[in-house]
Amino acid sequence: MANNNKLKRADIIFSTYSVDPYDVLDMAMKKGKTDVINELIESGLRGRGGAGFPTGLKWKFMAQENNEEKYIICNADEGEPGTFKDRKLLVDVPRKVISGMAIAGWATNSKKGIIYLRAEYNNLIPALEKEIEVFNKYASKFDLDFSVNIYSGAGAYVCGEETALIESMEGKRGEPRNKPPFPIQSGYLGKPTLVNNVETFAAASMVCRYGAKKYESYGTSDQHGSKLFSLSGDSPKEGVHELELGMKISDFVEEYGDGDTKAVQIGGVAGFCIPRKEFDQTIIGEGNTTGGATMIFNSTRSMYNVIHNYLDFFAEESCGQCTPCRVGTQQLLKGVEAVKAGNKPESYLDDLVKLSKTMKLTSKCGLGQSVTNSFSSIVKNFREEMIY
Amino acid sequence: MSKINLIIDGQSIEVEKGITIMDAAKKINVNIPTLCHHEDLCVAGNCRVCVVEVKNHERLEASCAVPAEDGMEILTNTAKVRNARKDIVSLLVSEHNTQCTTCYRNTNCELQDLAAEYNVDGDRYLSVLKPNIKVDKSSWAIEKDDSKCVRCQRCVRTCAELQHVNALTVSHKGDEMKISTFADLPFNEVVCTNCGQCVNRCPTGALTERRYFDDVWEAIGDPDKHVVMNTAPSVRVALGEMFGNEVGTRVTGKMVTAMRKMGADSVLDTDFAADLTIIEEGNELLTRLKGALVDGDTSIKLPMITSCSPGWVKFIEHMFPNYLDHLSTCKSPQQMFGAMTKTYYAEKKGVDPKDIVSVAVMPCAAKKYEANRPEMNSSGYRDIDAGLTTREFGLMIKQAGLDFNNLEDSEFDSIMGQSTGAGIIFGATGGVMEAALRTAYAVVTGRSVPFENLNITAVRGTEGIRAASIKIEDTLPEWSFLEGVDLNVAVAHGLKNARVIMDEVAAGTSTYHFIEVMGCPGGCIGGGGQPIPTNAEIRAKRTKAIYEEDMSKPIRMSHENPEITQIYEEFLEKPLGHKSHDLLHTSYRKRNRY
Repeated sequence: MANNNKLKRADIIFSTYSVDPYDVLDMAMKKGKTDVINELIESGLRGRGGAGFPTGLKWKFMAQENNEEKYIICNADEGEPGTFKDRKLLVDVPRKVISGMAIAGWATNSKKGIIYLRAEYNNLIPALEKEIEVFNKYASKFDLDFSVNIYSGAGAYVCGEETALIESMEGKRGEPRNKPPFPIQSGYLGKPTLVNNVETFAAASMVCRYGAKKYESYGTSDQHGSKLFSLSGDSPKEGVHELELGMKISDFVEEYGDGDTKAVQIGGVAGFCIPRKEFDQTIIGEGNTTGGATMIFNSTRSMYNVIHNYLDFFAEESCGQCTPCRVGTQQLLKGVEAVKAGNKPESYLDDLVKLSKTMKLTSKCGLGQSVTNSFSSIVKNFREEMIY
Repeated sequence: MSKINLIIDGQSIEVEKGITIMDAAKKINVNIPTLCHHEDLCVAGNCRVCVVEVKNHERLEASCAVPAEDGMEILTNTAKVRNARKDIVSLLVSEHNTQCTTCYRNTNCELQDLAAEYNVDGDRYLSVLKPNIKVDKSSWAIEKDDSKCVRCQRCVRTCAELQHVNALTVSHKGDEMKISTFADLPFNEVVCTNCGQCVNRCPTGALTERRYFDDVWEAIGDPDKHVVMNTAPSVRVALGEMFGNEVGTRVTGKMVTAMRKMGADSVLDTDFAADLTIIEEGNELLTRLKGALVDGDTSIKLPMITSCSPGWVKFIEHMFPNYLDHLSTCKSPQQMFGAMTKTYYAEKKGVDPKDIVSVAVMPCAAKKYEANRPEMNSSGYRDIDAGLTTREFGLMIKQAGLDFNNLEDSEFDSIMGQSTGAGIIFGATGGVMEAALRTAYAVVTGRSVPFENLNITAVRGTEGIRAASIKIEDTLPEWSFLEGVDLNVAVAHGLKNARVIMDEVAAGTSTYHFIEVMGCPGGCIGGGGQPIPTNAEIRAKRTKAIYEEDMSKPIRMSHENPEITQIYEEFLEKPLGHKSHDLLHTSYRKRNRY
């Protein structure tokens, strides 16, 4: 298998229901639970929310938890700037998502499923509830003890972080928890809780539909399957695209750019900003996150404005509990402003990059830890735009 | 408890499974700095100052929050760790009001200590301190200055976990995140018991007691004023800490000398009023028992609950407003003392009560609120004109230039300066109960309580709620209705435990006759006005000192205090009498829960 592909469109997640996803559930249930989990491990599927933890392994740990009360949570908080694929999934193929949740519930002996739905998506609730009714009929037909409910989120970016999401569901302030314990050990209401992204559940259902071998055959040796990309920015083809993993950024830009692309932000504002000279790398390579939010910037864009916008966002959306994130984001924002205004020397940018690395080392959750991704990549590659 | 092995800074150690990296490091004498962790509270892990390197972990770990694991290799002192800590402290400084010289916590501030330790460069980062932060001085007891807040949330956890009051909470997020009261209302408009436990745990000057010492200096300097100072029992076992003494050092004699040298016209003892409280409250209890058990008067409420702790009183007023008739009507010793100062003392000394300024030195923040309660003026004058904390008092001693540790010992003035061991132990949880039992048992049976050296150990200790039962046998004839009665008593400290015991009372399942409640963990020795810091070990040492002071007293039962006998003969006439009713008893008010 090649290390990278030419850009290939895939049609797995968004394919029409050639087999009813609830029949996929039925197919899965006819196998052993361990077989299904092993198949998921073999497929190489990684979490599609951003952190990229191997999904099969997560399910395996969950299955090992001995507790009567266990929760399957579908993270539909989709708050990363530039991502909108989960909404499309929930609109177009909700059945695949719920089927994935039900398979997870069955395979890990968990009886309760909850969709944590971003408050801005509340308009989807009636349709989702209808779909849940359909599911319930199948569940009783299959004699499956698994319920699905919807929890409407409260609107903070940080609530996409799984432990903050759980806190929020418990009616508390959406603040990330200390880990360990991980949600699998002690999550919602202190019970074992498996949190996966919307796309992950749909993909898991598709792994069960096609089998690990076929799923794995999409993509490259280390990036398996298909991935949804939420594309925005300077592109004539904005929207959600399902692609095989492993293509080069240059191919992606060729297909989706406007011919004048100078940088691509991959993985949302928490991801990396890749300059033209580095387009030769794989789009989701080492370190790049798998959320799929992709923003294309052309030469008319000021990268100072871009990073200023990101930092403004982070400074507001940090939950504020931990020092490096709360104060660090403010310092980066004020710092780039000061350099731009000539109130701090150019070398201050290097101090700020160091600070962003401290934030990565010491922040409590992924929010503060990932600020350095976009910050240091933009400062490194577009330094002149930061100063003049 | 199973054991695990790990390596910290190259040294192998064995520790109990489940303890944190920070606690494991302590065992090999490595102190890891922290601003948010407090051993009385749940783990927060939010200041991030305590980060350490763990082998094979990509990022640094917060040692206060991460459990030590078998086989872990930890480094607490590497360039990576030091740089990260310095960066984090620098960030905290950058959002801080760094006017340290004018801060009440100057030289006793955890952020200041860390900034010094890591030699933080104040110009490293830009100031992100919010402009125009106003100090909330609306409360009689507590001041809140957000410009000095490090967002450690110790106060929030204290108020929620230890006190079940939830006066403080986190509001907003990101750069706007702050510690707020309910709806960000002024402190005096929210449900706050003024206990000051938040102040005791605040690492900086963000939460402090409202200071009244300038008023006291002014009164001392005014030749027309007659300043009467009195000190609560637990002050004398904690004040020494402010002058570098071992925790638990008793400094009663030096404390008295200091007050005299500062210029107080009279140096008296709140413990006297504690003895007086026992007489009034003990008689109230016996009267209630008779009314309820013999006369079958259903309007009399049992259990009777103590009312010495003003934080507790405000708590019950807010949280259990329908159960206020369970509270003893006795004023607290502070207020009894004030009322007697403005009447009996004034008469005896021939001083016009309008010229008397009564100053109470207390381990407490809530006493400031209590002193200001409008009804506390039964003599026609304010019972107490100024309530000071132990901390303010220590500061005044420093301002007076006194070399405290080398002061000679001296005795309290008379009258109202003599006290018993029973009065002393008011300072520790269980003390009021023990003092009351010593006297009540003696009154009813004519004999001392059946415990060695009068030490009723069953009501002592650190358990949040303690219960005991004492059988009353061979009573004197006038108390024969109590013959064979098992007197059931309970003690609770910390408002979390008060709530537990009140839930039982409210549910009608409480089987106690008499309950002592102290608002603060450990009782007054752990009060919100005591020297900072506080922790279980410090509270235990102060408690030990309280009981040592009790044992050192020749008289250890309140009713044997000769000055108590004298005050009833010369002035009050009898317990629960007309004058007592007017001057020593009070009433309570129903308050809202929000």
